[in-house]
Amino acid sequence: MQLSELWFVLIAVLFVGFVFLEGFDFGVGMSTKLLAKNELEKRMLINSIGPFWDANEVWLITAGGAMFAAFPHWYATLFSGYYLPFVVLLLALIARGVAFEFRGKVESERWTLTWDWSIFLGSLLPPFLLGVLFSSLIKGLPIDENMNMHAGFLDIVNIYTVVGGIAFVTLTYLHGLMFISLKTTGPLRERSRQTAMKMYLLGGGVIILFTVLTGLYTDAFSDKGIIFYPLYSVAIILYLVLFPLLRHKKEGFSFTVTGLILMIITSSFFIGLFPNVMISSTNLLNNLTVYNAASGHYSLKLMTIVAAVMVPIVLGYTIWSYYIFRKRVTSKEHLEY
Amino acid sequence: MEEIILARIQFASTTLFHFIFVPLSIGLAFIVAIMQTMYLIKKDEIYQKMTKFWGTFFLINFAVGVVTGIIQEFQFGMNWSSYSRFVGDVFGAPLAIEALLAFFMESTFIGLWIFGWNKIPKKLHLACIWLVSIGTILSAFWILAANSFMQNPVGFTIQNGRAEMNDILAVLTNPKLMVAFPHTIFASFATAAFFVVGVSAWNILKKKDLLFFKKSMAISLILGLVSGLGIAFSGHSQATYLMTAQPMKMAAAEALWEDSDDPAAWTVIANIDVENKESTARLEIPYLLSYLAFSEFSGKVEGMNTLQEKFVQKFGEGDYIPPVKTTFWSFRIMAGTGGLLIVLSGLGLFLMWRGKIVESTRYLKWLVPAIFFPLIGNSFGWIMSEIGRQPWVVNGLMLTSDGISPNVSAGQILFSLISFSLIYTLLAIAMVYLFIRVIKQGPHEKVKEDVSASDPFEMGGLQNAAE
Repeated sequence: MQLSELWFVLIAVLFVGFVFLEGFDFGVGMSTKLLAKNELEKRMLINSIGPFWDANEVWLITAGGAMFAAFPHWYATLFSGYYLPFVVLLLALIARGVAFEFRGKVESERWTLTWDWSIFLGSLLPPFLLGVLFSSLIKGLPIDENMNMHAGFLDIVNIYTVVGGIAFVTLTYLHGLMFISLKTTGPLRERSRQTAMKMYLLGGGVIILFTVLTGLYTDAFSDKGIIFYPLYSVAIILYLVLFPLLRHKKEGFSFTVTGLILMIITSSFFIGLFPNVMISSTNLLNNLTVYNAASGHYSLKLMTIVAAVMVPIVLGYTIWSYYIFRKRVTSKEHLEY
Repeated sequence: MEEIILARIQFASTTLFHFIFVPLSIGLAFIVAIMQTMYLIKKDEIYQKMTKFWGTFFLINFAVGVVTGIIQEFQFGMNWSSYSRFVGDVFGAPLAIEALLAFFMESTFIGLWIFGWNKIPKKLHLACIWLVSIGTILSAFWILAANSFMQNPVGFTIQNGRAEMNDILAVLTNPKLMVAFPHTIFASFATAAFFVVGVSAWNILKKKDLLFFKKSMAISLILGLVSGLGIAFSGHSQATYLMTAQPMKMAAAEALWEDSDDPAAWTVIANIDVENKESTARLEIPYLLSYLAFSEFSGKVEGMNTLQEKFVQKFGEGDYIPPVKTTFWSFRIMAGTGGLLIVLSGLGLFLMWRGKIVESTRYLKWLVPAIFFPLIGNSFGWIMSEIGRQPWVVNGLMLTSDGISPNVSAGQILFSLISFSLIYTLLAIAMVYLFIRVIKQGPHEKVKEDVSASDPFEMGGLQNAAE
């Protein structure tokens, strides 16, 4: 395996990790409006992700940094090409990021309401935009011979990508609900599970629709059917298993299953792309690949060494922090936020 | 043409706004870590209160620093894609390493610190805030390593039409980095120190929690003086570095058109006429520029006209003189605020030592606006550094005008500029509002009244009723 291929895998892993971890943060954020019934419940939800969300977001920042370092052309084409969606994504992440810290600091209804909306929109828009982004990546975008992307509105926003966005919102919401049922006590815990059961058919419909559209709008199933058919079959089987798990209150397993489905779908984008990193819809010769978009050997080697040393350490203290805060959040203890 | 102007305004506003919070976070994490360490050593409750009170400012500030930092990282690709393609191989690596080494550490341990009171052993909890502090400093190192490459590109070869790294050690021991890193860290410590000092002064003037704020002030004044001196010394080495690596920036910072005399005098103020390329009405201090530039009282400094001719020979036709007035005045504002910090902290420590700090109301009144001095110094330091490098985005390698995204329109940049500026304004208002509230509330923990759980007889309610 070449180093550039390795870095493609690492960046995929960072995005998959991001979607799994920040996915439940987004779901919990949406739940503050959709699930919580009073101020106490809202605070319990925010506190359930309080110690984690910031570090979870670093997965995205690291993915961005790794793209910049390992595939400067990919980073340059993607970020300049998706200019406006990225502006909206950044605004949403900003609003959400400060809201957790700011919300509880002043006791005023208007203040709280402002940050409530920041948290809700800041948790709803990013997964939608990421879904749109990933699905338009695999569908292909107008990229010229100088690697510059000139996408019009409809290149980025169309039926397929919007369904991709909705799929991400639905799945992260489900994933968040599972996190809540795992990490809270009392009525919240029970209500999140029941809401997930009510959403079950809708979620299944979205996954199937997205799978069908991926077959119609992209070359993934025809080119890489040998991977895509089993991959999506596993995702659908997992989703079928989710219902009995929910009914029998297997909270840990349900959370794992929604996480796995999110991870499968996210990694399918990268599998679909490989060996390209950006597909040109105008001329296949203009595709950016892991080979022509990558940094030089020296940089990649250096980064590989740094990653080999640092990733185990980072994973180590990340796991430790989840272990420290493994207990459920209750309404009786002191709530920080 | 419009695109380049808008993209530059965008970059400047994002960076300057981001850099209000960054130094404050770096410094406050350090101060809070010191306070918590003192709490563990002296076992005095007051240090725990200090940790929590100043920690609140740190957390509010940190949140804004983080979110503005995301724009900072992504805007290279968004607005400067040609630049990103050209330098990504060298410039991207420090950014990725910064995320892996520093961001994960900061964000994980800050979570552990906020939520870990009473949940993890005290010493481990203290280690968490120190790790956050180390994380913020490491983060500064890596981002400055990236910026230093723009000022003084080293450790690369030109291959495949771009700069490719061939020597990481050269990148990490870049002479520019060696002077910029201590300068930035000392400036950050000073920023937080003067924040704590200013807020404390305000409370001492109001005669509120005297002991608490006197102790806070003492710790910060010491840090303030040490940092002030550190800024001055590292600033001096910045100047000597500039002479060798970026002489044009140095000449512009001095508004020096023709070569100086030997020894060179330092210009305090001057009337700069860019059109006729002359500076008149100079107020000069003899020998000082030679000393700044070469650490000795002799030596000639080359003027912009000489350098311009040299650059034309080397790089071809073009105007290689940066905006002189901006560079010149930014330098003076930066150095001036730095000097003020040393005077103010030195005076404060003297007054403390003589036990006269509480009565010295005139001095204390000065300290409140002094909260903003380091912030002003920081901003103008960066303005001098980045404007003084123009017209280059990577010194001697790539012009700023060649760095922008060719596929992004002026309208798109304008949209992002307006929306980001709007959210920056709202964030700033919210943050100042929160800061003022926290200051007014003071260091005492809010005790939330829980009526259901309290027994009026136990609470002394009977006595009150009898009175």
